[in-house]
Amino acid sequence: MELAQTIIAHYNHWITIFLMVAGLYVVVARGNMVKKLVGLSLFQTSVYLLYISPGKIIGGTPPILDQGIEVYSNPLPHVLILTAIVVGVATLSLGLGLVVRINEVYGTIEEDEIFEQGDDDE
Amino acid sequence: MEAVINMVLLTLLVVVTLGVVRLRNLFAVVILGSIYSFLMASVFIVLDAVDVAMTEASVGAGISTVLMLTVLSMTRVEEAKPAHSPLLPLFVASATAAILIYGTWDLPGFGLAQTPVNTHVGAAYLERSIADTGVPNVVTSVLASYRGFDTLGETAVVFTAGIGVLLLLRRGRSRARLKKRQEERT
Repeated sequence: MELAQTIIAHYNHWITIFLMVAGLYVVVARGNMVKKLVGLSLFQTSVYLLYISPGKIIGGTPPILDQGIEVYSNPLPHVLILTAIVVGVATLSLGLGLVVRINEVYGTIEEDEIFEQGDDDE
Repeated sequence: MEAVINMVLLTLLVVVTLGVVRLRNLFAVVILGSIYSFLMASVFIVLDAVDVAMTEASVGAGISTVLMLTVLSMTRVEEAKPAHSPLLPLFVASATAAILIYGTWDLPGFGLAQTPVNTHVGAAYLERSIADTGVPNVVTSVLASYRGFDTLGETAVVFTAGIGVLLLLRRGRSRARLKKRQEERT
Protein backbone atom coordinates (compact mmCIF):
# COMPACT_ATOMS: atom_id res chain seq x y z
CA MET A 1 0.00 0.00 0.00
CA GLU A 2 2.80 2.37 0.91
CA LEU A 3 4.55 1.52 -2.34
CA ALA A 4 1.41 2.35 -4.36
CA GLN A 5 1.13 5.69 -2.58
CA THR A 6 4.75 6.54 -3.31
CA ILE A 7 4.22 5.67 -6.96
CA ILE A 8 1.10 7.84 -7.24
CA ALA A 9 2.85 10.72 -5.45
CA HIS A 10 5.88 10.70 -7.75
CA TYR A 11 4.55 9.26 -11.04
CA ASN A 12 4.40 12.67 -12.73
CA HIS A 13 7.97 13.45 -11.70
CA TRP A 14 9.27 10.14 -13.03
CA ILE A 15 7.48 10.43 -16.35
CA THR A 16 8.78 13.97 -16.67
CA ILE A 17 12.30 12.70 -16.09
CA PHE A 18 11.82 9.88 -18.59
CA LEU A 19 10.62 12.27 -21.30
CA MET A 20 13.50 14.61 -20.50
CA VAL A 21 16.25 12.00 -20.83
CA ALA A 22 14.55 10.53 -23.93
CA GLY A 23 14.84 13.97 -25.52
CA LEU A 24 18.44 14.29 -24.32
CA TYR A 25 19.28 10.86 -25.76
CA VAL A 26 17.79 11.69 -29.17
CA VAL A 27 19.67 15.00 -29.32
CA VAL A 28 23.00 13.38 -28.46
CA ALA A 29 22.76 10.00 -30.21
CA ARG A 30 21.06 10.83 -33.52
CA GLY A 31 22.77 12.72 -36.34
CA ASN A 32 19.69 13.69 -38.33
CA MET A 33 18.87 17.35 -37.75
CA VAL A 34 15.08 17.02 -37.97
CA LYS A 35 15.26 14.16 -35.46
CA LYS A 36 17.43 16.31 -33.21
CA LEU A 37 14.78 19.04 -33.28
CA VAL A 38 12.08 16.48 -32.42
CA GLY A 39 14.27 15.44 -29.47
CA LEU A 40 14.60 19.05 -28.39
CA SER A 41 10.81 19.41 -28.42
CA LEU A 42 10.51 16.23 -26.33
CA PHE A 43 12.86 17.80 -23.79
CA GLN A 44 10.90 21.04 -23.89
CA THR A 45 7.51 19.37 -23.42
CA SER A 46 8.81 17.50 -20.39
CA VAL A 47 9.52 20.88 -18.80
CA TYR A 48 5.90 21.88 -19.41
CA LEU A 49 4.85 18.79 -17.49
CA LEU A 50 7.34 19.56 -14.71
CA TYR A 51 5.75 22.98 -14.19
CA ILE A 52 2.07 22.05 -14.57
CA SER A 53 2.10 18.94 -12.32
CA PRO A 54 2.75 20.57 -8.91
CA GLY A 55 0.07 23.22 -9.61
CA LYS A 56 -2.67 20.58 -9.71
CA ILE A 57 -4.80 20.16 -6.58
CA ILE A 58 -6.85 16.96 -6.34
CA GLY A 59 -10.52 17.94 -6.36
CA GLY A 60 -9.76 21.39 -7.71
CA THR A 61 -11.09 23.03 -10.87
CA PRO A 62 -9.40 25.09 -13.59
CA PRO A 63 -8.65 28.60 -12.29
CA ILE A 64 -11.72 30.33 -13.74
CA LEU A 65 -13.48 32.01 -10.85
CA ASP A 66 -17.15 31.30 -10.21
CA GLN A 67 -19.53 31.21 -7.28
CA GLY A 68 -19.87 27.98 -5.35
CA ILE A 69 -16.40 26.70 -6.19
CA GLU A 70 -13.88 26.53 -3.40
CA VAL A 71 -10.72 24.89 -4.70
CA TYR A 72 -8.84 26.09 -7.75
CA SER A 73 -5.61 24.75 -9.17
CA ASN A 74 -2.64 27.10 -9.21
CA PRO A 75 -2.84 29.49 -12.21
CA LEU A 76 0.75 30.73 -12.12
CA PRO A 77 2.48 27.69 -13.74
CA HIS A 78 -0.16 27.77 -16.48
CA VAL A 79 0.79 31.33 -17.39
CA LEU A 80 4.52 30.57 -17.43
CA ILE A 81 4.00 27.53 -19.65
CA LEU A 82 1.70 29.39 -22.05
CA THR A 83 4.61 31.74 -22.65
CA ALA A 84 7.04 28.82 -22.95
CA ILE A 85 4.92 27.01 -25.58
CA VAL A 86 4.75 30.04 -27.85
CA VAL A 87 8.48 30.77 -27.46
CA GLY A 88 9.11 27.07 -28.10
CA VAL A 89 7.40 27.09 -31.47
CA ALA A 90 9.29 30.28 -32.39
CA THR A 91 12.67 28.68 -31.66
CA LEU A 92 11.59 25.47 -33.40
CA SER A 93 10.77 27.40 -36.56
CA LEU A 94 14.17 29.12 -36.39
CA GLY A 95 15.84 25.70 -36.04
CA LEU A 96 13.87 24.35 -39.01
CA GLY A 97 14.91 27.40 -41.03
CA LEU A 98 18.55 26.55 -40.26
CA VAL A 99 17.92 22.94 -41.34
CA VAL A 100 16.53 24.12 -44.68
CA ARG A 101 19.60 26.34 -45.22
CA ILE A 102 21.99 23.51 -44.30
CA ASN A 103 20.16 21.24 -46.71
CA GLU A 104 20.51 23.85 -49.48
CA VAL A 105 24.27 24.22 -48.98
CA TYR A 106 25.30 20.61 -48.20
CA GLY A 107 22.48 18.64 -49.82
CA THR A 108 22.00 16.57 -46.67
CA ILE A 109 20.76 16.95 -43.10
CA GLU A 110 22.85 14.12 -41.63
CA GLU A 111 25.58 15.38 -39.30
CA ASP A 112 28.14 12.73 -40.31
CA GLU A 113 27.76 13.39 -44.04
CA ILE A 114 28.19 17.14 -43.44
CA PHE A 115 31.42 16.48 -41.49
CA GLU A 116 32.74 14.31 -44.34
CA GLN A 117 32.07 17.08 -46.86
CA GLY A 118 33.83 19.57 -44.60
CA ASP A 119 36.95 17.35 -44.62
CA ASP A 120 36.97 17.22 -48.43
CA ASP A 121 37.11 21.00 -48.76
CA GLU A 122 40.28 21.41 -46.72
CA MET B 1 -9.87 9.10 -10.05
CA GLU B 2 -8.09 12.15 -11.45
CA ALA B 3 -4.78 10.64 -10.44
CA VAL B 4 -5.61 7.37 -12.25
CA ILE B 5 -6.60 9.08 -15.53
CA ASN B 6 -3.45 11.16 -15.25
CA MET B 7 -1.29 8.05 -14.81
CA VAL B 8 -2.90 6.20 -17.75
CA LEU B 9 -2.37 9.17 -20.08
CA LEU B 10 1.23 9.56 -18.93
CA THR B 11 1.89 5.88 -19.59
CA LEU B 12 0.54 6.28 -23.14
CA LEU B 13 2.90 9.25 -23.47
CA VAL B 14 5.84 7.00 -22.59
CA VAL B 15 4.80 4.46 -25.25
CA VAL B 16 4.60 7.16 -27.93
CA THR B 17 7.96 8.55 -26.82
CA LEU B 18 9.60 5.13 -27.23
CA GLY B 19 8.22 5.08 -30.79
CA VAL B 20 9.64 8.54 -31.49
CA VAL B 21 13.07 7.52 -30.19
CA ARG B 22 13.28 4.18 -32.03
CA LEU B 23 11.76 4.89 -35.46
CA ARG B 24 13.97 6.03 -38.33
CA ASN B 25 11.23 7.05 -40.77
CA LEU B 26 10.99 10.79 -40.08
CA PHE B 27 7.45 11.06 -41.45
CA ALA B 28 6.29 8.55 -38.82
CA VAL B 29 8.32 10.38 -36.17
CA VAL B 30 6.64 13.70 -36.94
CA ILE B 31 3.15 12.19 -36.91
CA LEU B 32 3.92 10.42 -33.61
CA GLY B 33 5.12 13.81 -32.36
CA SER B 34 1.70 15.20 -33.20
CA ILE B 35 0.00 12.36 -31.29
CA TYR B 36 2.40 13.05 -28.42
CA SER B 37 1.30 16.69 -28.33
CA PHE B 38 -2.39 15.74 -28.30
CA LEU B 39 -1.78 13.31 -25.43
CA MET B 40 0.13 16.01 -23.60
CA ALA B 41 -2.82 18.38 -24.13
CA SER B 42 -5.15 15.73 -22.60
CA VAL B 43 -2.82 15.45 -19.61
CA PHE B 44 -2.98 19.23 -19.20
CA ILE B 45 -6.81 19.06 -19.20
CA VAL B 46 -6.66 16.50 -16.38
CA LEU B 47 -4.19 18.73 -14.53
CA ASP B 48 -6.69 21.65 -14.78
CA ALA B 49 -4.55 23.66 -17.18
CA VAL B 50 -7.23 24.26 -19.82
CA ASP B 51 -5.59 27.30 -21.43
CA VAL B 52 -2.29 25.46 -21.74
CA ALA B 53 -4.06 22.43 -23.21
CA MET B 54 -5.68 24.57 -25.88
CA THR B 55 -2.36 26.19 -26.79
CA GLU B 56 -0.51 22.86 -26.82
CA ALA B 57 -3.15 21.27 -29.07
CA SER B 58 -3.09 24.12 -31.58
CA VAL B 59 0.60 25.05 -31.46
CA GLY B 60 2.29 21.76 -30.52
CA ALA B 61 0.11 19.36 -32.49
CA GLY B 62 -0.90 21.79 -35.24
CA ILE B 63 1.67 24.39 -36.22
CA SER B 64 4.79 22.44 -35.20
CA THR B 65 3.66 19.39 -37.18
CA VAL B 66 2.91 21.50 -40.26
CA LEU B 67 6.34 23.18 -40.02
CA MET B 68 8.13 19.83 -39.61
CA LEU B 69 6.24 18.28 -42.55
CA THR B 70 7.09 21.30 -44.71
CA VAL B 71 10.79 20.84 -43.95
CA LEU B 72 10.55 17.09 -44.56
CA SER B 73 9.05 17.77 -48.00
CA MET B 74 12.26 19.65 -48.86
CA THR B 75 14.66 17.08 -47.40
CA ARG B 76 15.00 13.31 -46.98
CA VAL B 77 12.33 11.31 -45.16
CA GLU B 78 14.53 8.37 -44.12
CA GLU B 79 17.08 8.87 -41.37
CA ALA B 80 20.55 7.37 -41.94
CA LYS B 81 21.66 4.53 -39.66
CA PRO B 82 23.57 6.02 -36.72
CA ALA B 83 27.30 5.62 -37.30
CA HIS B 84 28.30 5.67 -33.65
CA SER B 85 27.44 3.25 -30.90
CA PRO B 86 24.51 4.52 -28.80
CA LEU B 87 26.11 3.24 -25.58
CA LEU B 88 27.73 6.50 -24.44
CA PRO B 89 24.60 8.68 -24.95
CA LEU B 90 22.55 5.94 -23.29
CA PHE B 91 24.90 6.02 -20.30
CA VAL B 92 24.75 9.83 -20.08
CA ALA B 93 20.93 9.76 -20.27
CA SER B 94 20.62 7.00 -17.63
CA ALA B 95 23.03 8.76 -15.27
CA THR B 96 21.08 12.02 -15.63
CA ALA B 97 17.83 10.16 -15.00
CA ALA B 98 19.23 8.46 -11.90
CA ILE B 99 20.39 11.76 -10.38
CA LEU B 100 17.08 13.47 -11.18
CA ILE B 101 15.03 10.59 -9.71
CA TYR B 102 17.16 10.77 -6.57
CA GLY B 103 16.16 14.45 -6.44
CA THR B 104 12.42 13.68 -6.55
CA TRP B 105 12.34 11.98 -3.13
CA ASP B 106 12.13 15.30 -1.32
CA LEU B 107 9.49 16.80 -3.61
CA PRO B 108 5.89 17.08 -2.36
CA GLY B 109 3.48 14.44 -3.67
CA PHE B 110 0.95 14.79 -6.47
CA GLY B 111 -2.22 16.88 -6.06
CA LEU B 112 -1.60 18.29 -2.57
CA ALA B 113 -2.97 21.72 -1.70
CA GLN B 114 -0.63 22.59 1.18
CA THR B 115 2.61 22.79 -0.75
CA PRO B 116 4.79 25.91 -1.04
CA VAL B 117 3.95 26.12 -4.76
CA ASN B 118 0.23 26.38 -4.11
CA THR B 119 0.08 28.51 -0.95
CA HIS B 120 2.05 31.64 -1.85
CA VAL B 121 1.88 33.59 -5.10
CA GLY B 122 -0.70 31.43 -6.89
CA ALA B 123 -3.17 31.69 -4.01
CA ALA B 124 -2.66 35.45 -3.86
CA TYR B 125 -3.50 35.81 -7.56
CA LEU B 126 -6.67 33.75 -7.05
CA GLU B 127 -7.79 36.01 -4.18
CA ARG B 128 -7.03 39.35 -5.77
CA SER B 129 -7.81 38.81 -9.44
CA ILE B 130 -11.46 39.93 -9.41
CA ALA B 131 -10.80 43.02 -7.26
CA ASP B 132 -7.71 44.08 -9.22
CA THR B 133 -8.69 43.32 -12.82
CA GLY B 134 -12.31 42.12 -12.92
CA VAL B 135 -11.35 39.14 -15.12
CA PRO B 136 -12.76 35.80 -13.90
CA ASN B 137 -10.17 33.72 -15.77
CA VAL B 138 -7.13 34.10 -13.52
CA VAL B 139 -4.74 32.80 -16.18
CA THR B 140 -5.78 35.66 -18.46
CA SER B 141 -5.46 38.27 -15.74
CA VAL B 142 -1.98 37.09 -14.74
CA LEU B 143 -0.85 36.79 -18.36
CA ALA B 144 -2.09 40.15 -19.57
CA SER B 145 -2.09 42.24 -16.40
CA TYR B 146 0.12 41.09 -13.51
CA ARG B 147 2.82 39.68 -15.77
CA GLY B 148 2.15 41.77 -18.85
CA PHE B 149 5.87 42.51 -19.27
CA ASP B 150 6.61 38.78 -19.53
CA THR B 151 4.15 38.57 -22.38
CA LEU B 152 5.74 41.62 -24.00
CA GLY B 153 9.11 39.85 -23.80
CA GLU B 154 7.57 36.74 -25.32
CA THR B 155 6.22 38.78 -28.21
CA ALA B 156 9.70 40.24 -28.74
CA VAL B 157 11.17 36.72 -28.89
CA VAL B 158 8.57 35.54 -31.40
CA PHE B 159 9.17 38.66 -33.51
CA THR B 160 12.94 38.12 -33.46
CA ALA B 161 12.54 34.46 -34.41
CA GLY B 162 10.23 35.44 -37.28
CA ILE B 163 12.78 37.93 -38.62
CA GLY B 164 15.51 35.30 -38.22
CA VAL B 165 13.59 32.74 -40.28
CA LEU B 166 12.86 35.32 -43.00
CA LEU B 167 16.53 36.34 -43.21
CA LEU B 168 17.75 32.73 -43.27
CA LEU B 169 15.45 31.66 -46.07
CA ARG B 170 15.77 34.86 -48.13
CA ARG B 171 19.55 34.77 -48.05
CA GLY B 172 19.49 31.28 -49.50
CA ARG B 173 17.34 32.41 -52.37
CA SER B 174 19.46 35.46 -53.22
CA ARG B 175 22.66 33.38 -53.16
CA ALA B 176 21.11 30.83 -55.50
CA ARG B 177 20.20 33.68 -57.83
CA LEU B 178 23.76 35.04 -57.64
CA LYS B 179 25.18 31.65 -58.52
CA LYS B 180 22.80 31.37 -61.46
CA ARG B 181 23.87 34.78 -62.77
CA GLN B 182 27.54 33.85 -62.49
CA GLU B 183 26.90 30.64 -64.39
CA GLU B 184 25.10 32.54 -67.13
CA ARG B 185 28.09 34.88 -67.55
CA THR B 186 30.70 32.16 -67.84
